[in-house]
Amino acid sequence: MNHSFLLIIALALKEFLALLRDKSSRFVLIGPPIAQLLVFGYAANYDLDNISVAIYNEDPGIASRELVSRIEGSPNINVLYTIEKESEIRPLIDNRDVLLVMHIDSQFSANIAIGESGVVQLLLDGRNSNTAMIALNYLRDIILVLNEEWRYQNLSQAPPAIIEERAWYNENLHSQWFIITGIVGLLTLVVTLIVTALSVAREREQGTFDQLLVTPVHPFYILIGKALPGLLIGLIEGAAIIGLAVWWFDIPLRGSLFALYLGLFLFLLSAVGVGLMISAICITQQQAVLGAFLFLVPAVILSGFATPIANMPDMVQLLTWLDPLKYFLVIIRSVFLEGGGLGLLWPQFWPMVIIALLSLAMAGWLFKHRMY
Amino acid sequence: MIDAARYQRLSGLIRKESLQIMRDPSSIAIAFVLPVVLLFLFGYGVSLDARNIPIGIVVEQPDAATQSLTGSFEQSDYFSPFYFQTIQQAEKALEKHKIDGIVWLKNDFARALFSKHDAVIAVRVNGVNSNQANLTLGYIRGTWLSWITHYAEAKGTELNMPIQLEHRVWFNPAVSSRLFLVPGVVAIIMTLIGTLLTALVVAREWDRGTMEALFVTPLRNVEFIAGKLIPYFILGMASLFLNFFLAIWLFKVPFEGSFWLLLLTGSLYMLVSLAVGLLISVMAKNQFVAGQIAIITGFLPAFILSGFIFDINSMPPAIQFITHIVPARYYVAILQTLFLAGDVWPVILANVAALLIMLVIFTRLVAKKTRKSLE
Repeated sequence: MNHSFLLIIALALKEFLALLRDKSSRFVLIGPPIAQLLVFGYAANYDLDNISVAIYNEDPGIASRELVSRIEGSPNINVLYTIEKESEIRPLIDNRDVLLVMHIDSQFSANIAIGESGVVQLLLDGRNSNTAMIALNYLRDIILVLNEEWRYQNLSQAPPAIIEERAWYNENLHSQWFIITGIVGLLTLVVTLIVTALSVAREREQGTFDQLLVTPVHPFYILIGKALPGLLIGLIEGAAIIGLAVWWFDIPLRGSLFALYLGLFLFLLSAVGVGLMISAICITQQQAVLGAFLFLVPAVILSGFATPIANMPDMVQLLTWLDPLKYFLVIIRSVFLEGGGLGLLWPQFWPMVIIALLSLAMAGWLFKHRMY
Repeated sequence: MIDAARYQRLSGLIRKESLQIMRDPSSIAIAFVLPVVLLFLFGYGVSLDARNIPIGIVVEQPDAATQSLTGSFEQSDYFSPFYFQTIQQAEKALEKHKIDGIVWLKNDFARALFSKHDAVIAVRVNGVNSNQANLTLGYIRGTWLSWITHYAEAKGTELNMPIQLEHRVWFNPAVSSRLFLVPGVVAIIMTLIGTLLTALVVAREWDRGTMEALFVTPLRNVEFIAGKLIPYFILGMASLFLNFFLAIWLFKVPFEGSFWLLLLTGSLYMLVSLAVGLLISVMAKNQFVAGQIAIITGFLPAFILSGFIFDINSMPPAIQFITHIVPARYYVAILQTLFLAGDVWPVILANVAALLIMLVIFTRLVAKKTRKSLE
């Protein structure tokens, strides 16, 4: 027992040395992920705070001036152009100079004065329809507020039902809170997967894997020795990124740390399993990098990192069950924002255990049976 | 005579690279399998357009008014409502992610409606995914607005909103996120082929020690670069054709621009990302480092910093500055314009100019770093 323990330690040490001996390899493990977290943490944002607008106001009345000044006063909106001809609209939108043009009808103030509706038309650039819809929502909000105010001013109409809204867990709806918790999972997955995917392929390419197999070391120990570095590097890196999320980005950490780290451990275990499986199949490092990629890209897309799983068709939703990142993202977001703990989250833990066991077993089998 | 020798050296290297591509199934997989997988995932799988959002409805005192309001939630495509007796039950369901939001009509709702008091519709949403939460709130507001107008009409009082908002979304009137995601994915696939594949090729020669063998050949630097690039350029363009065909034929993305412009800008972008890949490759000298750098500087920025999903204008100024050195940014703008808007020359020329500048800078750097020398 003691002997095999020493064997595993020796193997893991050798793996670490192979990885960390090279200065640039050491650097890639630490520098880029941190830089990425900082850049993407600020870049990946669904909130619009600089909506470029052109206003085409045909109405000389007071009401339209009030509306325009509201739009100009909004912190999220940047009125870049005031145009006077309809023919100016198309080039502004076509050339992406503005995201939207707001057209106020010539009868706008007159209609409001006699109690009818004044018409405002928005023309939006739909090349990114998500951005267009978010911008539309912002303008709709401004107009909603104005509608309420004007209605209260002319008290002939009783106020109708009103809406009182409250968002749970992310009270001010910061998209940063959602995205950064996702990036923690994304970056640890990338690093762990590449480290483990290359570990066997590197030895195959250099021909040292055969030597390793003919030593009296059991393949099971080789497997553990190969799995340990990826697991440890992933854990350290994950912990560092979680620390940055808490102290640099000020994201509230409300739930159980134990649940978070147990989740991280199981997630990394399944990532290592998949990585070793890829590594055992591939004969060259190039194949291993590309193989890791073929897994990584769908895993990120299907995880609910940027787009909700509920919006996917049923067939695709079934596929997401195979994705370890999906479970980890639910765990980390729940622990950070919803104050989740083991009790609420256990349905996310056991699928990762199964993925880890199956992929590690598969990798061990491939070690022995795929020889060149 | 000299030209003939040069031609022979170049074609020899191209032949060697092509054979390496053909013999290794992984390059072919990246060029042809990954695009299909990605396009399918984005075309069919990923959508930012929510439908059938599960919401909980709590009505404390049902009557005709509340029934007509809940009826309009039931008729809406955006929601699939679940009914709860008490707000506590609904909140439990919200905690367990069974529903994404709650619409709560308290027991004085009907009495307060159209009286001097406000009838309050209390709305709760799970804000963890803020984008989704904003959209859900927007849909709830829309349902509420059309309901009060109709309800007032039915009651015989006309309820004119002072401002009536109309909107038209150009280039994508049905507001389908697929139409802008698919052209964006084409840009990402081209980045992958150009940057990731080529990043590995020179690093591989170093790893295997065949770089020294190449040193002793009369091969010149320019020939070395051209020989490495040409096979991958052809691979990338073949993949562009496949992507274009799938986008148009399978996903029914309209193509308003002209095909020759797509080809021209496509080859330009391919050259830029090949140059980036080679630069990484020449500097990294081992495949592990080259792979990591290609993913981290090529693929992830193409995803996040290119304006493909996230709006560049809303990023902080320092990050906006960084997006200018991400080539994918320019190509995403070109592709979304060519597919959905047509040949809008100011957009295309500006982005082509930016790509040309990047091409010159990156090839310069590659030429400078490719010294055939042992360190």
